[in-house]
Amino acid sequence: MKPGTKLKSAMCDTEVMVIRSGAGTIECGGAAMGEAKPDAIGTPAPDLAAGTLMGKRYVDAAGTFELLCVKPGKGSLSVDGVALSIKDAKPLPASD
Amino acid sequence: MNIALFLEMAADTAPDRIGLVCDGQRWSYADLLAGARGAAALIRDSGCAHVALLDESSEAAAMALFGAALAGVPYVPLNYRLADADLGALLERITPALIVGDVDRVRRLCPTESNIVLTRAAFVEAAQARAVDAPAEGEDGEGIAIQLFTSGTTAAPKAAILRHANLVSYILGTVEFAAAPEEDAALVSVPPYHIAGIAALLSSIYAMRRILMLPAFSPEAWLDLAADEGASNAFVVPTMLARIIETMAKGGAKGRRPDLSALRAIAYGGGKMPTELIHQALDLFPATGFTNAYGLTETSSTIALLGPEEHRAAHGSDDPIVRARLGSVGRPLPTVEIEIRDEDGAVLPPGQAGEIYVRGEQVSGEYRERSALDADGWFPTRDAGYIDADGYLFLSGRADDVIVRGGENISPGEIEDVVMTHPAVAEAAAVAIPSHEWGEAVGLIVVPRAGHDAPGEEELKQMVRARLRSSRVPERVLFADALPYNEMGKLLRREIKKLFAA
Repeated sequence: MKPGTKLKSAMCDTEVMVIRSGAGTIECGGAAMGEAKPDAIGTPAPDLAAGTLMGKRYVDAAGTFELLCVKPGKGSLSVDGVALSIKDAKPLPASD
Repeated sequence: MNIALFLEMAADTAPDRIGLVCDGQRWSYADLLAGARGAAALIRDSGCAHVALLDESSEAAAMALFGAALAGVPYVPLNYRLADADLGALLERITPALIVGDVDRVRRLCPTESNIVLTRAAFVEAAQARAVDAPAEGEDGEGIAIQLFTSGTTAAPKAAILRHANLVSYILGTVEFAAAPEEDAALVSVPPYHIAGIAALLSSIYAMRRILMLPAFSPEAWLDLAADEGASNAFVVPTMLARIIETMAKGGAKGRRPDLSALRAIAYGGGKMPTELIHQALDLFPATGFTNAYGLTETSSTIALLGPEEHRAAHGSDDPIVRARLGSVGRPLPTVEIEIRDEDGAVLPPGQAGEIYVRGEQVSGEYRERSALDADGWFPTRDAGYIDADGYLFLSGRADDVIVRGGENISPGEIEDVVMTHPAVAEAAAVAIPSHEWGEAVGLIVVPRAGHDAPGEEELKQMVRARLRSSRVPERVLFADALPYNEMGKLLRREIKKLFAA
């Protein structure tokens, strides 16, 4: 998946921008995300409905995948069924 | 990845929140995005190869920056302080262009029909008018976002280019989206053609911190705007800070002491901050956090910074090593790597001075003509410096400013630091002067402190001899009333060399 690609959830309003990615399927609410929004939106499974937060970056443990949430929604992000977590960045003082 | 995403996210999250204040006019994030989309439509229609700005900061700078990004055309803010001949040459290099700002000057210097030239007001009006039916979708942002001409002291100015990917990486690595509380406001007084002026727009919009634009800096206007709008953040160059402090000492603008109680953070960069000045500022603003930012055009702004806690620790410390850090530019950002190398490219250990190399996704190191990156992606900054044992980066001038005396490399900074400890010295600069015996030797120029007698030439030489090696002792010493700086507070060493040649 090319950096800059925008992916949309099939289960909620979530949209992400791919910052980096490897081999694997990027999912939201348990279903694969795609560049087009499907006509019918499903419902995220209860255990995959923790939600996404605007402007947060989501990463896998290996650091292969990084997604920027550009529209929040009810589903949770995962790759091949493994949940992604919010990238923990140390806040920096404003410098410009 | 297109930098316009930052404005789209801000407008999606809080369309009606004020994102920019300029000359008393207030622009919401939705207004700015609409203007950028309208500008993008104008730019696409024009078929231009560049979008240029020849103007002071205003809402037009934001609309042109993001409009050009959406349209996939490089944005080229030009230095309106350039002499006619130099500016004319740059205008020719960017033709065909859509140019916003000083219409008469552009027409006079570059009388071609290939450019579309609009005043600020005409551009903003046209962009707003086109916003109604302009498409929301932008280009994919694979290309060049910004082209900035370097100052070109020895040759024609180089066209440094920053790709969307460089700038996106810089912002995502340094700014948390919407992290600013709604009352926050950042006072921007650097010109729009400087990388700090561009980075200020991107950073503040992504943090959703209201931008207070000050188109033309004066200390009085800065203090008034900071007080009236309750600025929480500001970025200044050292000369601006010196003038602000001087004006405050006189009782402030309009003869009243401005209320700066909201001002939590001041960042500075763009030139060497005199140690005495930053100590003075820390005393004068006891509740304000100071950040020293070091970066270059070619690195998408900041690559190292000294944060507020480090400033206070150094300011209050008796330990000379901790105290000396106030003269450093802090530590590298977590997202970049920095190395010090000698002339043969070998990496130097802590404490040894050489050329600063930097690598990271935000580092472009690219010019129109060529890339300056080496095979492993390292960018030679041409800045000289060293990293101490705790990882703090100290600058000692441009690599081109190094004085080579009989094969020995001497950095001007080490001599200046010693001389500046003399109580009667306000400013000092060391430059290379021609020498029959050594090839180059040290020339020292000193500005005596007001109310003091000028220090003796022999006394200064003796100071350097006692503290450094005999090779560092100045061969000639000149005294002056002031040193030459450019408008960003950068010392013009080439002008000082002319004084020695005279």
